[in-house]
Amino acid sequence: MTLPTHLHYTAEHEWLEDGSPATVGITSTAADALGDIVYLELPAVGEELTAGSVVGEIESTKSVSELFSPVTGTVVEVNQAAVDDPSVVNSDPFGAGWLLKVDVTGTGPLLTADEYAAQSQA
Amino acid sequence: MNATPATETGAPVTEDVRSPLHDEHVALGAALTSFAGWQMPLRYTSDIAEHTAVRTAAGLFDLSHMGELEVTGPQAAAALDGALVGNLSALANGRARYMMIVADDGGVIDDLVVYRLADERFVVVANASNVAVVREALTDRIAPFDATLDDASLRTALVAVQGPHAESIVTSLTEPAHVDQVRALKYYTATDATVAGIDALVARTGYTGEDGFELFIDADQAPALWRALLAAGEPHGIVPAGLSARDSLRLEAGMPLYGNELDRTTTPHDAGLGRVVKLDKVDDDGNPLPFVGRDALEARAAAEPTRTLVGLEGLGRRAARHGYPVLASADEGAAVVGTVTSGAPSPTLGHPVAMAYVDPAHAEPGTELAVDVRGRPEPVRVVALPFYRRPS
Repeated sequence: MTLPTHLHYTAEHEWLEDGSPATVGITSTAADALGDIVYLELPAVGEELTAGSVVGEIESTKSVSELFSPVTGTVVEVNQAAVDDPSVVNSDPFGAGWLLKVDVTGTGPLLTADEYAAQSQA
Repeated sequence: MNATPATETGAPVTEDVRSPLHDEHVALGAALTSFAGWQMPLRYTSDIAEHTAVRTAAGLFDLSHMGELEVTGPQAAAALDGALVGNLSALANGRARYMMIVADDGGVIDDLVVYRLADERFVVVANASNVAVVREALTDRIAPFDATLDDASLRTALVAVQGPHAESIVTSLTEPAHVDQVRALKYYTATDATVAGIDALVARTGYTGEDGFELFIDADQAPALWRALLAAGEPHGIVPAGLSARDSLRLEAGMPLYGNELDRTTTPHDAGLGRVVKLDKVDDDGNPLPFVGRDALEARAAAEPTRTLVGLEGLGRRAARHGYPVLASADEGAAVVGTVTSGAPSPTLGHPVAMAYVDPAHAEPGTELAVDVRGRPEPVRVVALPFYRRPS
């Protein structure tokens, strides 16, 4: 699928949408590789995140992956609908399957859509 | 997200052997994975949808990576009696048996299904990852006998139709004269039959916990049979199903997977499968019949077990996975009492399930234990296997 070009990406397959707050999710590449996602463990509202650190887990029937924060900042909202029905992360990873909204104070290394696409095809 | 292994991204792995059904998988949009030297479908659409289809309707699996070793000759039965842990000379024609081949020390080299097709003709089905080692061990072990081994793996395709609608689907394509014998097949029996105009060995076997069939055919006939089964199965809800669903199905059914529950350090008894070992088998003259690993397994059968394979029902959300430590409790500093061999969130049951080797003192069903899931204990309860039994 075509990657949204207005988003930033990480090498670990997260995406970040600028804003106040910013929105964080995982890419379609990540969701497809995991298979059917059945459980999300996400940080709580108010939790302080550090860019590059493990802040959650994404579990499918087949495997489990850690969620790395692309940003430093404070969690202001968690996508409860996705926690309740994680299949939305498979069906709409760049939209309704977002994971966190964060008040951002700093970011880690970010990629453009083209850079991410080149990397994830390598 | 962690970087996921290249083998799970669907990227082609060109050095792997391709199934005779490769083009079908590509046309169906399968995510392919490298498995035991083969490029095989991991999933077509959704692991859970494929899993559920097998439980409620039917799934179609390509198992062409499995190995088929044909053992033929006047002493084929005697040769296999000496090579494997079971009593193959007692196996009737047209029947199959779950079997193991072990080393001298009793460690499992592979788990197998052995089909007896005629007095002097057997097919030994081995796991893809172990075909070479099984072929070599069998070749050595049968050498003193008037029997020969032929590795038919690459010229044989194997497809499985599994699920409550499997019989309707397979018989709808079966030559009318053969329908009754296919329908009459009991679990672990097999017959020659013509299906979709193709000569097949049709076996009522599987690895899903459901009723179903496995069809052995010439590799070049595989695409035609595959398409016919998908088309005939469509009104019955058949879907193509990948290795991911196969793994979650067999786990719910409590069936061991070589490399997880079984390996060279495991005896059949450790895995609760001592019943496949026939220590008392005798030759035609009634003399005790030696087989490779017999002495070690006799000692093992007489000894107190040091570990027991159990089922674990997860009481939390996070699933135990292969290799995770089993703890005596969720308390800090709790002793390690075992190791998880397989685990996943069960699509059918809706909670995590796992198999694990634990200290026999902690193996009683109902015992509450914990699993160290990436640094945090998750509560689990020992339960009898299987986790899932199909409605009868």
